[in-house]
Amino acid sequence: MPHHKTPLALEIHDLTVAYQSKPVVWDVDLSVSEGVLLAIVGPNGAGKSTLIKAALGLIPRASGDVEFFGTSYAQARDKVGYVPQRGSVDWDFPTNTLDVVMMGLYGQLGWFKRPGKREREIAMHALQQVGMQDFATRQISQLSGGQQQRTFLARALVQDAQLYFMDEPFAAVDAVTERAIVTLLQDLRAKGKTAIVVHHDLQTVPEYFDQVALLNKQLIAAGPVATTFTPENLRQTYGGRVSFLADGAQVVGMD
Amino acid sequence: MTSADRRTWLIILGLAIALLLCIPLSQIIFHINYNHTLTVVALGGAALGILASVIGCFAVLRHESLLGDALSHAALPGVAIAFLIAGRQIVALLIGAAIASWLGTQFALAITRTTRIKQDTALGIVLTGWFAMGLALLSYIQSRADASQAGLDKFIFGQAAAMVQSDVEVIAIAALIAFVLLALFWKELKLITFDREFAQANGVRVRALDLLLSTLLVLTIVVGLQLAGVILMVGLLIAPAVAARQWTHQLGQMVVLAAVFGAFAGGSGAIISGLDVALPTGPLMIVMASMIVFFSLAFAPGRGLVWQKWQQWRTRLSLTQGQPIAAQPQSEM
Repeated sequence: MPHHKTPLALEIHDLTVAYQSKPVVWDVDLSVSEGVLLAIVGPNGAGKSTLIKAALGLIPRASGDVEFFGTSYAQARDKVGYVPQRGSVDWDFPTNTLDVVMMGLYGQLGWFKRPGKREREIAMHALQQVGMQDFATRQISQLSGGQQQRTFLARALVQDAQLYFMDEPFAAVDAVTERAIVTLLQDLRAKGKTAIVVHHDLQTVPEYFDQVALLNKQLIAAGPVATTFTPENLRQTYGGRVSFLADGAQVVGMD
Repeated sequence: MTSADRRTWLIILGLAIALLLCIPLSQIIFHINYNHTLTVVALGGAALGILASVIGCFAVLRHESLLGDALSHAALPGVAIAFLIAGRQIVALLIGAAIASWLGTQFALAITRTTRIKQDTALGIVLTGWFAMGLALLSYIQSRADASQAGLDKFIFGQAAAMVQSDVEVIAIAALIAFVLLALFWKELKLITFDREFAQANGVRVRALDLLLSTLLVLTIVVGLQLAGVILMVGLLIAPAVAARQWTHQLGQMVVLAAVFGAFAGGSGAIISGLDVALPTGPLMIVMASMIVFFSLAFAPGRGLVWQKWQQWRTRLSLTQGQPIAAQPQSEM
């Protein structure tokens, strides 16, 4: 492996995840530097969420190493933020928006300490950054999909991480939310932070991201958008089920 | 704290006071004599109601209601086998209950993991199968015509009349342990119940907390079996919690309100049952709890069916009158 002077934000080597002895993610090598916005794209069932969850240790891996800033996840945990899929949570839970955002600070508080005024202020500030400050006391079941997504983002922001994993943040959100997420991502990059985002909309990959990883159980290609996001690679990833408009500058994907 | 929150806390406090006032009121109106036995019974029922509803809040939010039912039903063969081994030693019976419950759920998990059968089906199989074995064993024990087996069938429907002070103390100690642990780990338990993956990614020990909640659930069920019975114990777990959920959107308020409802259901059910030895306790407690939950589902502001129908009627009215729908503030529920 090439030796880097400063550790990469994320280094995945030979990652394989199996479910009931069937490989769902296979032999993945991925290196991500700091200050990068990377999209992970692929058809349904390609293992995109699985890849992230395995890297974070949420599901067991059959083989492979993962390093965050040169160390294990347990040691780099306070530098990593995670935004799960919106659908992974029961939004009828009795709590309000501000409370959800404050949950992002529980790790900093440690056992037994209660969140107090300071945590409340940090959480309100994060809500302002995503334009949700007026919804602080709103019961979360009353939020729209986009508002729920922005709440999750605010919760990740309070963690003040260096590397963010986001699982389909743009899925089924309104235009205001989409703009808010894009602004947030660009803000993160400007601060030298990294975001790895599972993304479903091929159309917007070149516009929103610097780098892309094409995944279909195996990593087809990864690198800068300009050189990696090619019709040939896309055809390989989507198994020929991709159509191109006009001069190939616009891409529409079909799963 | 918002004014709406303050208002809800005041209502909960008012409700608790009103329920406490039921005691002197029932003495006056129904001429109930709170002798030592009835006091013990009332305290035991109320204490169990509080413990069960607080743990039940987490069971309901974690979608473990069926699991709670399976745990209670699966305890019966454990009670029977423990009796056959050790006689009528209450500690042995309860340990037998706990072991049988635990074995039942492990079996259900194994079915889910190794076959295509889904979790609710596996739990249903274990619930009915274990319970049937328990009934068969109890019939066998009764056929032996041994005087000491009298009262084993109280584990099916519960019997408050046989309660003694030490039983109440056991429930109170279990409740104290549960509350202390819940208070210590409150924010972590809230987090793993709401968003388990996020909790795990943040280094929260989800497995350990799962084990804590499961243990508290089994403890609650085992401690309550004598009073509520295996069949209806689950009602005491989930009905107050579901009722409380209709009136608040804060977890803390939900737990406290569920405790108030549970105290009322458990206490009044035990008292009524204690007055007439022929009436089993479990059904009475659940009848009270069910009245509370059906009332809540119907009439709670925001989530209640009556309230929603009224909102729809108002909307239809302003539409047919050609008025734009006035900017209605979103319900806090």
